[in-house]
Amino acid sequence: MYPSRFRYEAPRSLDEALALLAEHGDEAKILAGGQSLVPMMKLRFAAPGVLVDINGIAGLGFHEETAGGGLRVGALCRHVDLEHSTVLPGAQPTMAAAAPLVADPIVRTRGTLVGSLCHADPQGDWASVMLALGGSVVAVSPRGRRTIPVGEFVVGTFQNALEHDEIVVEAVVPAAQGARAGSYLKLERRVGDFATAGVAMALESVGGQILRAGIALTGVGPATIAATEAAEALVGASLDPDVIDRAAELAAAAARPRTDHRGSADYKRHVVATFVRRMLTAERAPAGAAA
Amino acid sequence: MTQTAEPHAASPAPTSQALDEVKIGGLGSSRTRVEDARFIRGRGNYVEDVTLPGMLHMEILRSPLAHARIRSIDTSAAWAIPGVKLVLTGEMAAQRNLAWMPTLSYDTQAVLATDKVRFQGQEVACVVADDPYIAKDACDAIVVDYEPLPPVVSPEQAVAPGAPLIRDDKAGQADNIAYQWEVGDKDGTDAAFARADVVSKLRLHYPRSHPSPIENCGAVADFNSATGKLTVYLTSQAPHIVRAAVALIAELPEHLIRIISPDVGGGFGNKVPVYPGYVCAILCSILTAKPVKWIEDNTGNLSSTGFGRDMYLDSEMALTSDGQILAVRYHATTDQGAFYADAQPTKFKIGLVHSSFACYDVPVGHITAQGMYTNKAPGGVAYRCSFRVTEAMFFQERMMQAAADDLGLDQAEFRRRNLVDDDQFPYRTPFGFLTDSGQYHKCLQIGLDAIGYDDFLVEQAEARKKGRLLGIGISTMTEPLGAGNSREYDILGIKMFDSAELRVHPTGKAVLKIGAQTQGQGHETTFAQIVTHELGIPALDIVVEHGDTDHTPFGMGTYASRSTPVAGAATAMVARKIRAKARKLAAHLLEVSEEDVEWELGRFYVRGAESRGVTIQECAMAAYSNMPDGMEPGLENNAYYDPPNLTWPFACYIATVEVDPETGVWDVLRFVAVDDCGVRINPMIVEGQIMGGLTEAYAMSNMQFQTYDVDGNLVGANYMDYLLPTAWETPGFELHEVVTPSPHHPIGAKGVGECAAVGGPAAYVNAVLNALRPTGVRNIDMPLLPDRVWHAAHTGDDVSGAPPFRTE
Repeated sequence: MYPSRFRYEAPRSLDEALALLAEHGDEAKILAGGQSLVPMMKLRFAAPGVLVDINGIAGLGFHEETAGGGLRVGALCRHVDLEHSTVLPGAQPTMAAAAPLVADPIVRTRGTLVGSLCHADPQGDWASVMLALGGSVVAVSPRGRRTIPVGEFVVGTFQNALEHDEIVVEAVVPAAQGARAGSYLKLERRVGDFATAGVAMALESVGGQILRAGIALTGVGPATIAATEAAEALVGASLDPDVIDRAAELAAAAARPRTDHRGSADYKRHVVATFVRRMLTAERAPAGAAA
Repeated sequence: MTQTAEPHAASPAPTSQALDEVKIGGLGSSRTRVEDARFIRGRGNYVEDVTLPGMLHMEILRSPLAHARIRSIDTSAAWAIPGVKLVLTGEMAAQRNLAWMPTLSYDTQAVLATDKVRFQGQEVACVVADDPYIAKDACDAIVVDYEPLPPVVSPEQAVAPGAPLIRDDKAGQADNIAYQWEVGDKDGTDAAFARADVVSKLRLHYPRSHPSPIENCGAVADFNSATGKLTVYLTSQAPHIVRAAVALIAELPEHLIRIISPDVGGGFGNKVPVYPGYVCAILCSILTAKPVKWIEDNTGNLSSTGFGRDMYLDSEMALTSDGQILAVRYHATTDQGAFYADAQPTKFKIGLVHSSFACYDVPVGHITAQGMYTNKAPGGVAYRCSFRVTEAMFFQERMMQAAADDLGLDQAEFRRRNLVDDDQFPYRTPFGFLTDSGQYHKCLQIGLDAIGYDDFLVEQAEARKKGRLLGIGISTMTEPLGAGNSREYDILGIKMFDSAELRVHPTGKAVLKIGAQTQGQGHETTFAQIVTHELGIPALDIVVEHGDTDHTPFGMGTYASRSTPVAGAATAMVARKIRAKARKLAAHLLEVSEEDVEWELGRFYVRGAESRGVTIQECAMAAYSNMPDGMEPGLENNAYYDPPNLTWPFACYIATVEVDPETGVWDVLRFVAVDDCGVRINPMIVEGQIMGGLTEAYAMSNMQFQTYDVDGNLVGANYMDYLLPTAWETPGFELHEVVTPSPHHPIGAKGVGECAAVGGPAAYVNAVLNALRPTGVRNIDMPLLPDRVWHAAHTGDDVSGAPPFRTE
C-alpha cells in the first residue's frame, strides 16, 4: 500500500494527544484499531496529514460493568475483548450477540468499538447496538468533557458530531430499567462482508412488562437508523403475534435501503422485518428455544 | 475414501529387491510438498522479493472512465516531483512502436492509451521514480483531459443500432463484434429436433469473475545497456511463451531475453497473458537504463487483468419422452471487453466450449458463438479451466437438470440413461473430440450411494411438508485436459507440446528441469515422484527446476491442467531414456549382455540370478567413471512430448442444501465428490486441488462476480466487493476416487487441477433450484445471492443476468 504522505505521532498520554489535535486541527486523524482508516488511506480515499496513534496511551482498553446493568467501554477496547468478555454474557445480551458478528476474526483483534462508532459507517454494527441500547459516548477536549448520545453523535454517512480537537475516550451503556433482553442479527454474504441488513434489539422489562425498547438498523440507509416507532410499539405491550408483526412492519418501514449488489431495497426491508420477527419470537418462546 | 484403483505396477516377485515405491516417494505417495518448507517459513522468492542495485519503481495511471477520447495528457506536474525519473505516455511508447501489442487471440490491445480509453482501469501512463510512494504521487499529478463517450456495458448494447464503435482503431472494424464461430452439424441437428418428443430450452448467464490470485501481477525488468541483455523477473504461468512474445513485440533478439518466473503466488489463468504493465516495465528499464520494478495493486489486478467467463447461453435440447438425448444446440455470446484477449489455443475462438456433452451419448449437435466488444476490461482467460470449459460444463449440467425436470424424470436416472458406457471408449463426441477412457456410471453410482440419494429424497419430501426447502444437485462432467496435440493446438503458431530435461549426477542425485511452471500446484514435489517411479531414485534425491528460460527447456507453461498430461509425460519419457542408457551401463557392470538385464524399481539384475544386480546409483557413477568403450559419458537427456490426445478426467459432484425461505440464505448440508483423474501421483495434492476447486466453485455459485454499472464503473474492483470465501462459510467436502488410467499417457495420469472448479458450480446451483422446484422457478443465474433466491422463491420467476449495482 502506498498512501499519501503523512506524519505519524504516537502520544503517550491523553493530554499529549489533545495537544496534537489542537495543533493540527482537521489535518489530524486519530488512529485506534485502524481497520477502516488504514484501508481508506491505502486507497487514498483518506489522506490525513497527521496520524495521532492513541495505542500508546494507557488505561483505554477496559470495559466494565456499572451499577444497574450499565457498561463502560474504553477507546482501545478491541472487538475481540468484547467477543471473549466474561462481563457481557447474560448482562448485555445485545452486545454479546453482536460482538462475534463484527467483521472477521482478523479485524476483531485490532478494531475497536469506539472507533467503529466514530467512523459512523452506516454498515457499522456497534452504532446500531449502542443506538438500540440508548448508549452515548464521552468526548474530551481542552475545553473539558461532554457526553453525547449515540443518536446525536452519528450525524450522517461517515460523519460524527466531534469537534476537531475532541477525542472519544469511552462509550457508555446506561443502567437498565429491569432485566435486559435482546439480540443482534445480521445478514452478510460472507464473513467480513458489509451487512446486507442488520437489526439490533434491546429490551428492558420487569415481570414480563417491557419498560424500554430500542431497535436500530444496520446497512439499510445513509446512516444508522433508529426504528423508534417499532420500538415504541413494544413498550408496555406483551409479545403477542400481532404486536410482533406490527413492530416488524414498523421497523421495515423505518429502513431506507437502496438497491445494490447486496440486494434489492424490497429484499432488505423484508430482511429487517424477518429479523425483528425472529428476535421477538425468540424472546417470547420459552428459554432455550431457537430463533 | 473409495479405493477402486487397479494396481499400476505388477507386484514384484517374492525374491525381489525392488524398492517400496511409496516409501521412496514414487507414484501414490502423499509425500509432503517440498515447496512448503520455504513458503511456510517466509523464505519463498516472489517477484516482489527481487531487489536489484539501482532499482527504480513504476506505477501505472489508470483511466477512471469506461469510454472517453483523450484530448491531452499534461505530465509537467509529475515530472516536477523530486525523485521522478520518467513519465511515460502512449505517445512516447508509440515512438517505439509499443503503444499497442498483440493479444493471444490475434487481436491488438493498447499498452498505453493514445486515442481513447476503452475501459475503466485501462493503462494511460506510467511513472518511474525512486520509490513507489513518489511514483504514486506523480501518477496523481498527471492531468488527463478526457472527452467522455457513451459506454457500452452489455452485449445487447454492443449490437444495438447506433451503438458507439469501440474499436475505431481497427481498420475494417465497423461493428462491435469481436469474432463469430460455429461447430457441429447444423442440418443433422435440425433434423433431430424435428423428431423430438420434447424440446427443453434454457437461457443462462455465467457471470464475469476474476481469477484473483493472492499475488498480483508484477515484473522487475533489467535491461543491461552494456550487454544488450534483458532479464525480466515476471509473475508468469508461461515464461517461455513470454520470451517469444517479448522478442516479437519489443523486437529484441530472443537469445538476449531471459524470463525468470520465481515463486508465483497463484495464477488460475490470470498470469498467462502478457500485460501492458510488463511491457511498460521493460520499456521503462530500456529508457532509464536501470532495473524497474512494477507491482500491481489489488484494484489494478481485479480491474485490468484477464477476467474469466461472462458468457450468455441460449440452449435447446431435443429429447425423446423416455429420456434419450437426440441432439443439443446452443448459441453462446461472450462479453470480451475492449480487446479480444482470450488466452486459448489459436484455432478456437471460444476456447473448448464445444467439449460440452462429451460425457453423454449425444448423436449430434450444433454450436454457434459470437463475441462482443464492450467497454469493460479485456480478457476471457481460462480461470481454472481448460479454455472456457467451465462455462461448457456448467451450461451442460444446468441443461441436463432442466431437461430432467421438463421430462418429469429423476435427475440421476436421466443422467444414467445418457452417460457414455465404459465399452464405448474411445468415444467420438458430437463436436469431434475423442474421449480416452472412463467409468462414468460407476462414478455416478458411488456418488449417489455416498450421499444416500434415495434416503435424501424421502427426507426432502418430509421436510417440504413442514415448509422446509431441501435440495439435491448433481453435476457429472468431463474435461479435456492436456493441450494439446500439435495438429490442433497452438498458441500464435507455437505448438502446445512440453518438455523435460533430466540430469543424473555421479552420486545418483538428479536435477529435473521442466518447461511447465508451478504457481502452487506442487510441481517440485510431484514431478520428482514421476522420476522416482521410472528410475527408483528416491524423490528426496531429485530437485525440480523451472521458470528460468535460460536454464530450462522450452515449454508452454502451466494452465488448463496440462502440466501432468504433457510435461509430466515428458518427464516420464526422459526418465525412460535415462533408464535405457543405465541399462547399458548395468550390462557393462554386470558383464552380461543387455538382453539379460532385468529392471525392478531402483535396480538392474541378471535374469536368472536375481542377487546379481546394480542400483541405479551405481549405474549413474559408472556413467561418469566406468562407461563401456565407445559410450558417450554422462547421464543426461531431454524429451519433448507431443501428446497424442487430450486426457479426459471425469467427476461426479453432488450437493445437498437447505434454503431458508424467509431470507433466501442457503447452506450446504453435504458435498460429495467422486473424481476419476486416472493414476494419482500424489493423492494428497490431488485432494488439495479438488478441495480448492470446490471452494472456488462454491464462491462462484454463491458470492463471486464482477459487474459494471450503467456508466461502465466496475463493481468488484477490490476485495470489499469481490468476495473470496473464507474457511468460515466454505462447506466440508467428502472425497471419493475412481481410477481409470489414461490409455495414452505414459503413467496413466490425467489432468485434475481444475475439474472441481469446472464441475462444482452446477452441483450447488442445481441443488438450490431443486430445493425451489415446488415454486416453479426454473433458473437463477449465478451468483445465487440470498436476495435473488428469495425473490425467485417468492415470485416463482426466474432471475437472470448479473446482479444490478445501481438502478437509478
